Amino acid sequence: MSFSRRAFLGAAGLSALGLTGKAAIDAFALQPPHEPASTPAGTRWAMVIDPKKCLEAGDCTACLDACHRTHNVPAIDNRAHEVKWIWKESFEHAFPSLQTDYPPDALRDKPVMVLCNHCDNPPCVRVCPTQATWKRSDGIVMMDWHRCIGCRYCVAACPYGSRSFNWSDPRPSIAQITPDFPTRSKGVVEKCTFCEERIARDEPPACVAACHAKALVFGNLNDPESDVRSLLRSHFTLRRKPELGTRPAIYYIV
Amino acid sequence: MFMFEKAVVGSRRYWAWVLGLLVIMGLAFLAYLRQLSVGLVMTGLSRDVTWGLYIAQFTFLVGVAASAVMVVLPYYLHDFKAFGRITILGEFLAISAVTMSMLFIFVDMGQPMRVFNVILYATPSSMMFWDMVSLGGYLGLNAIIALVTLGAERKRMAPPRWVRPLIILSIPWAVSIHTITAFLYNGLPGRSFWLTAILAPRFLASAFAAGPALLILLCLGLRRLTSFDAGREPVRKLAVIVTYAMLLNVFFILLELFTALYSQIPEHVEHFEYLYLGLHGQAPLVPWMWTSSVLAVASLVVLLVPPLRRRESWLAVTCAMVFASLWIDKGLGLIVGGFVPSPLGAVTSYVPSVPEVLIVLGIWALGFLMVTVFYKIALSVREEVAAS
Amino acid sequence: MRDRHAIIAALIVFFVVLTFPIWYARAAGTTSRGPEPKLPETEKTCVMPVEYMRASHMKLLLTWRDDVVRRNVRTWIAPDGKSYKASLSGTCLRCHANKAEFCDRCHTYAGVTPYCWECHVDPASIKGSGT
Repeated sequence: MSFSRRAFLGAAGLSALGLTGKAAIDAFALQPPHEPASTPAGTRWAMVIDPKKCLEAGDCTACLDACHRTHNVPAIDNRAHEVKWIWKESFEHAFPSLQTDYPPDALRDKPVMVLCNHCDNPPCVRVCPTQATWKRSDGIVMMDWHRCIGCRYCVAACPYGSRSFNWSDPRPSIAQITPDFPTRSKGVVEKCTFCEERIARDEPPACVAACHAKALVFGNLNDPESDVRSLLRSHFTLRRKPELGTRPAIYYIV
Repeated sequence: MFMFEKAVVGSRRYWAWVLGLLVIMGLAFLAYLRQLSVGLVMTGLSRDVTWGLYIAQFTFLVGVAASAVMVVLPYYLHDFKAFGRITILGEFLAISAVTMSMLFIFVDMGQPMRVFNVILYATPSSMMFWDMVSLGGYLGLNAIIALVTLGAERKRMAPPRWVRPLIILSIPWAVSIHTITAFLYNGLPGRSFWLTAILAPRFLASAFAAGPALLILLCLGLRRLTSFDAGREPVRKLAVIVTYAMLLNVFFILLELFTALYSQIPEHVEHFEYLYLGLHGQAPLVPWMWTSSVLAVASLVVLLVPPLRRRESWLAVTCAMVFASLWIDKGLGLIVGGFVPSPLGAVTSYVPSVPEVLIVLGIWALGFLMVTVFYKIALSVREEVAAS
Repeated sequence: MRDRHAIIAALIVFFVVLTFPIWYARAAGTTSRGPEPKLPETEKTCVMPVEYMRASHMKLLLTWRDDVVRRNVRTWIAPDGKSYKASLSGTCLRCHANKAEFCDRCHTYAGVTPYCWECHVDPASIKGSGT
């Protein structure tokens, strides 16, 4: 029985503690967070994906392998319970409003890489009852797996299917655990965090670093000289379901 | 405490019923312990259909709870005396239904030990926060009102004056609980099935049909099983309420169907297609949805013909049909239908697992137990007052 | 006193149940000795004084957790001015490399099961890993 003594005491004790618990935890903050965040102010992280370059690489799965290995994402065979941060989705399903009966051969039944869109106006953040998911000042839609209660409201709210729930303990489904990143426990939602832990070390996201075809480009949208901005200047790009007003930060070159 | 002593004296039949409910609850508790240890993988839910029976029961039962207003409002605002004998039954039904709906949320959580995070990190932008506030408030209001009015009745006194503002407050509050429950689904950009302003009115209409239908069944049952007779008048008036509410509910569904089918926007049509015809060869809910439709139409035929509606045996069957029809519509179709197809076009069917169904039955058993005990207390107090 | 036997029997049962913890502890071979966590040999000081760590290490960890996850602040500055990377497996377990002989000994004694380890990984528990 994994309903441990601690959990039981926690549940029983919290009801007694009520709101004073939060005050007690807050009051403890030994040192206020005075340090500047590792990301300079005014940064807005974004990604530009070039599906053509990706397709030229054939059956390459370098980005998703790197991502899932770095973040201990379990490999679950059963589609009903799978967990994924970045994956291949057919063009028709990724862009349902762009359906045409005569798609170009380059796109017909072809996959595109999809991941969390790190929306400017994220519905998942709006609905979360505990602020376990929120938008950082640099645009990353972040997750706090310590706080998630597993209500899956964010999963229902995300129009991109970018959120996965841990239906069971993921550890048995992780072939090789990467020790410097946590796994997740059963009962919480997870998704791509734009590799915020790597960005903090001035490294690009793992998927970007792993892509040999340079099909994934990451950068600061607010910097006119950034790679992403120069790609957006020189190419026509799409975002997924723009009509929903979520303003994704993932752009696709067509 | 709270006249609880009345609930521990009863006939052999009473105890057999209570024991039966306790057995179901015990089995459900075992199933829940298993869910706690292995996780929600034990249910039939999936990444595409992330909410199922639990959340659907929650939604349905919030409606049953809200429907208490259908006896409270006529009695307290319009001084409709006939409901005087049954308002307490409505309030106790509301208390039981709110408790059940809260439990359904709880068993749906992946990390139930963290349930108090909702209070600790209260987030007003989340409709779930407001739902918690409104359900908790409604539970509190009804608990106070029911206990105070019943306590006063026992002492053969009028209820204290201070409880009247609470009763008046409980009327809009009842509407609010179901409106906010609809808002849970209402504002999600990728879920076109729920993205309809008529969802809240539809919820209220179906609630005001299903709740009073259940109350009629309970009144008729009490007359058979106990010495309590609600009388013909309140049952007839309730039947009128059920008639209007059911008509509105069916009307609202037809409005939804028209909007989707005439506009022919695929993402609006597909959900109805999945529910009533099947999509991509998957049609697990089709027989259920048509059963619901047939029951709805059949019950309306009886309800709309006063001579039929006044026959209590017909009325009882009709109320059961109304309740079943709406349970299917709301307790199965409305939630699951919103998830299929998924925003990425996946058609994944959902079939609840056996332990999941067991947990659902267990919470229903708890609800029935609460209604039984509350009604026993209320009726015993009435008998005591009548005898003296 | 026709019930005498029943009363005595019930009293015995009551007495046995009452003293159950004593018998249980005897049978299980537990002692009243405190836990003996094994301290690292390489380091002499922790990030905070030992008294503080003993009583409140979990609060410090909660602060670190919220700093890193929620505030994107990854360095923690101790009251003595030294700075540390706020990381359970990276900083704590670097010195306290043997989780079983340090963390677990006290936690087992106190009967607590911190859920940290449901997600955070003890690098030593991973076979064949570089860290």
